[in-house]
Amino acid sequence: MSSTPTREIARRVFAQEFNDATYTFKESDDDRAPVYVLLPTGQRANRVFVVGTLTETDDVGEEAEYWQGRIVDPNGDTFFTYAGQYQPDAASMLRDLEPPEYVAVVGKPRTYETDDGNVNVSIRPESITAVDETTRDRWVVETAERTLERIQAFETETPDEYVQMAREEYDLPVENYRRSAVSALGKLQETAPSAD
Amino acid sequence: MTETDLRTHAVDVHEQFSDRLNITVDEVYDRLDTLVNEYKVPTTEARRSVINTYLDEAGMEREELSGGGGNEQKAIVDIDREEEWIDLTAKVVELWEPRSDAVAQVGLLGDETGTVKFTKWSKSDLPELEEGGVYELNNVVTDEYQGRYSVKLNRTTTIEALDEDIEVGDDAVEIEGALVDIQSGSGLIKRCPVEDCTRVLQNGRCSEHGEVDGEFDLRIKGVIDDGESVHEVIFNREATEELTGITLEKAQEMAMDALDTSVVADQMHEKILGRYYSITGPTLGRYVLANEFEEQGGPADAEAILIKARSM
Repeated sequence: MSSTPTREIARRVFAQEFNDATYTFKESDDDRAPVYVLLPTGQRANRVFVVGTLTETDDVGEEAEYWQGRIVDPNGDTFFTYAGQYQPDAASMLRDLEPPEYVAVVGKPRTYETDDGNVNVSIRPESITAVDETTRDRWVVETAERTLERIQAFETETPDEYVQMAREEYDLPVENYRRSAVSALGKLQETAPSAD
Repeated sequence: MTETDLRTHAVDVHEQFSDRLNITVDEVYDRLDTLVNEYKVPTTEARRSVINTYLDEAGMEREELSGGGGNEQKAIVDIDREEEWIDLTAKVVELWEPRSDAVAQVGLLGDETGTVKFTKWSKSDLPELEEGGVYELNNVVTDEYQGRYSVKLNRTTTIEALDEDIEVGDDAVEIEGALVDIQSGSGLIKRCPVEDCTRVLQNGRCSEHGEVDGEFDLRIKGVIDDGESVHEVIFNREATEELTGITLEKAQEMAMDALDTSVVADQMHEKILGRYYSITGPTLGRYVLANEFEEQGGPADAEAILIKARSM
């Protein structure tokens, strides 16, 4: 379209799959080329959109403020998000919000290797806003739908390059993610009807 | 065959190639004259033969040749190829300021099916089109730039004003998704007050008119993302007021109290970012203009997805 690079699509993914997405790659050698995490269902993600329950915020910084937020999806799995001085708006949201609260987060996936060799996946937020339950419910249904679509694409006989990459890099049955979609939708139905 | 008739043909043929070949009317006339008066070839055949000669010389295909009708009368929505010679019946929806002396007029043509940008070259020496006027445009050529089509009015184009009106279709698109970003240049902005300029000021300066006393306006440039595709969306003042509940007047008060216009955009972030919307409107460049929009309130259909998930 224009001379600016195409904007990265914000992927929809439940926390279980997101936290499993420990493999990262670039599409080119350019230093500024975007870094993608590879979702185990076979899609690259440079941005995610997440709506869940903010259950806890904590300033984990040593010298400067560095806020950690825990955002839980209907399955009880947790997205971790971290905002410091370079994400001032998101950091001040985490400082000011009083959990529990439904929040919408747009952000970049980041991976971090711990001393014991585990890879933690978190979100570096571009924005955090407080939203209502309707928005959360809509996100859950949408995320289930997108997850199922990825699983279908994963299981086709002519998989694309990211599916092939996922098959090589991960040893994680995608059936897990189908289950997490089913269970998230089930949780919604238990709490429904919320409309009055 | 009289000399005048032949000369008319010569002018006609010359007109068709004048963009591509350096020939004079007299040269064309001489060729026609030889065929008709020396070789006693019928005029239509002579004309055909001369045209073929010039087509060869110009390396053109007959389809590229202008004039003589034979073009397809096209609906604007059906324009899907470049370098196609077509006829349009269209209304001049908007005229824009030409950015170059080479361009006589530039703007938007519309018919019932949609709109398309047009350019009229100065050197083509065509009559002036009026905004709101409906015209029969014969022999315009299509062009494509970054996936968007336009039409060029050229020297061979004929323009006839029609005494009728066309209800222009708005080729609106409908998009749905979460509002994932509000871009800079949103909120309370100032526009250049010079007539027909309306550029957004950067630090009190208009890129065209320099330092000016701007006029306040509201707008939001946002990004709608459904997890599969992204669309950039513009909310004008009216739409922004309705979307955020912040009127222009209130926005100015807020900015005055804070001595900073950015408080307005900050408040807008809180009210709309991360919510789901459906938006309907025409596209303009890379943007969808949010003429109609709605926050998607009701719960989405979990049951259908659940059935799908269980059947996999």
